[in-house]
Amino acid sequence: MHSDDQTPDAAGPLPQGPSRRSFLKQTGGLLGVALAPPIASQAEALADKMAPASPIISGQASMSLNINGQARNLRLEPRTTLLDALRENLDLTGTKKGCDHGQCGACTVLVDGRRVNACLTLAVMTQGKQIQTIEGLAQGDELHPMQEAFLRHDGFQCGYCTPGQIMSGVACVKEGHATTDDQAREWMSGNICRCGAYPNILAAVREVAGQQAKG
Amino acid sequence: MNNFAYTQAASTKEATAAKAADKQAAFIGGGTALIDLMKSNIEQHSLLIDINKLSMLGIENAATGLRIGALERMSDVGEHPLVVQNYPVISQSLLASASPQLRNMASMGGNLLQRTRCGYFRDTAFPCNKRQPGSGCPALVGDNRTLAILGGSASCIATHASDLAVALVALEARLTLESPKGTTRTVPLADFYKLPGATPNIENHLQPGELITAITVPAAAHARKSHYLKVRDRASYAYALVSAAVGLDVQGGTIRSARVALGGVGTVPWRVLAVEKYLVGKPATEENFRAAAALAVRDAKPYEHNKFKLELAQRTIVRALLEVV
Ligand SMILES: Cc1cc2nc3c(=O)[nH]c(=O)nc-3n(C[C@H](O)[C@H](O)[C@H](O)COP(=O)(O)OP(=O)(O)OC[C@H]3O[C@@H](n4cnc5c(N)ncnc54)[C@H](O)[C@@H]3O)c2cc1C
Ligand code: SF4
Ligand code: FES
Ligand code: FES
Repeated sequence: MHSDDQTPDAAGPLPQGPSRRSFLKQTGGLLGVALAPPIASQAEALADKMAPASPIISGQASMSLNINGQARNLRLEPRTTLLDALRENLDLTGTKKGCDHGQCGACTVLVDGRRVNACLTLAVMTQGKQIQTIEGLAQGDELHPMQEAFLRHDGFQCGYCTPGQIMSGVACVKEGHATTDDQAREWMSGNICRCGAYPNILAAVREVAGQQAKG
Repeated sequence: MNNFAYTQAASTKEATAAKAADKQAAFIGGGTALIDLMKSNIEQHSLLIDINKLSMLGIENAATGLRIGALERMSDVGEHPLVVQNYPVISQSLLASASPQLRNMASMGGNLLQRTRCGYFRDTAFPCNKRQPGSGCPALVGDNRTLAILGGSASCIATHASDLAVALVALEARLTLESPKGTTRTVPLADFYKLPGATPNIENHLQPGELITAITVPAAAHARKSHYLKVRDRASYAYALVSAAVGLDVQGGTIRSARVALGGVGTVPWRVLAVEKYLVGKPATEENFRAAAALAVRDAKPYEHNKFKLELAQRTIVRALLEVV
């Protein structure tokens, strides 16, 4: 589970020059005749100590984000949030910007299956992770059960909070946090609805939880 | 948000060295506090050092106590069976914080270093001694409804906002800190935070470049019988007006040990030793809880809009204690 929060070493497309260790391994290969194994491993230990610092990214840099199962290559500054990258750079405007400060949930997306606020997430830190947005929920023309349920129960009025509510609802059910009305209310509380469509949102989330419980 | 450089540290050594080398650099864990502050221009940093690849994970319960890696996420700790069972007050304080989304992102270390929600601190249009030393404190005579009644000074009366910290201070948790030299030290969380005094901009005793690597909590009977009660303006997704973290070890109706700390009333997480002392050796009755709770606010200094916290703090303590007898 915890590896969810880690950026995998090799998968991350951060620019990574050949490490000192692999350089020494190569030269060790060339000079292998002269170097007895214990010395080679001492050299490796030394190389680890002197390992070059990790690369520093500043200004625009190339990155690759995996969004809805597709690798998307783009150039971004480190300060670009995942929310802005989605909306401004990738034209995925389904994810909404409400407060931009973690206070409303309109920007909720799934990163490695966990719901997060895209407005407080730096795009650079999501490299190597699976990002799912509202655009990635339907299978072709077939809506996700949560989308269906929101339609059936009128889970929205103006619709602005809806993509965030739906993404949060999907995660809430998957987490097992929608087994009672009270529990679902509490675990959906990170998504604010200014129109007050809460009773209908709750009905939609609870219905999907019920369907999945039945299997 | 100002532009900044970014690097992902491969080791704690690299992370602490990079931070020590650049006064304007900051570690980034979940980023939920830091990015928020940077977007509002309350903080500016030259370099963000991503610590998420470091091996500061793990939730382990031994006979001596609990150890939590600083990078564990609030959601994972809050729902971990070992924590739920043996340290309910920690679990409850976490699950009553922020929102499910934020808890999935936020780390334990970052939580303890979050900054105050004082409205003046958060709005750069106002002066604020914490944000801009020497500029003044508009809260003293302005809107101070949510601010502190304990531990304040003529310079600042901002409350510490972390719920987790209240639970941890009650249970006498310690932080493990690693320095750029590679040495580690441990400090009680209660001593880690600084009262505002004349320098409210300095909030803790973290040394330049130092990294929080773990939190440890001693095992105790009062930890197993513990509770977190948070009173706020709405039922969820809101900071505490007042909160209480309590733990009791009651045997044969008599209190053997007690732990009580308050949130939302102090400039730091506020343990009330006088309340604990009063309770020990007495029968666990509501009457005694009331008498003890009165001691919590004996030295309080309320301001124009937060007088209600005097009564609310006492009632919160009593209700929390009633949950664990
Ligand atoms: C809308 C909203 C509501 C919230 N509600 C609550 C609430 O009700 N209760 C509550 O307690 N909290 C609440 N929070 C605060 C939230 O819990 C914190 O933002 C979060 O815990 C910070 O963790 P992080 O990993 O995201 O920290 P970051 O933002 O990554 O870091 C915060 C600070 O800690 C430093 N840092 C991080 N990790 C380390 C480390 N290991 N060693 C040294 N320094 C480190 C960073 O440099 C930075 O200065 C809320 C936040 C928001 C945005
Ligand atoms: S109470 Fe503290 S944080 Fe708030 S305005 Fe005064 S100095 Fe700033
Ligand atoms: S836009 Fe991200 S929480 Fe409001
Ligand atoms: S439907 Fe309008 S904000 Fe929720």
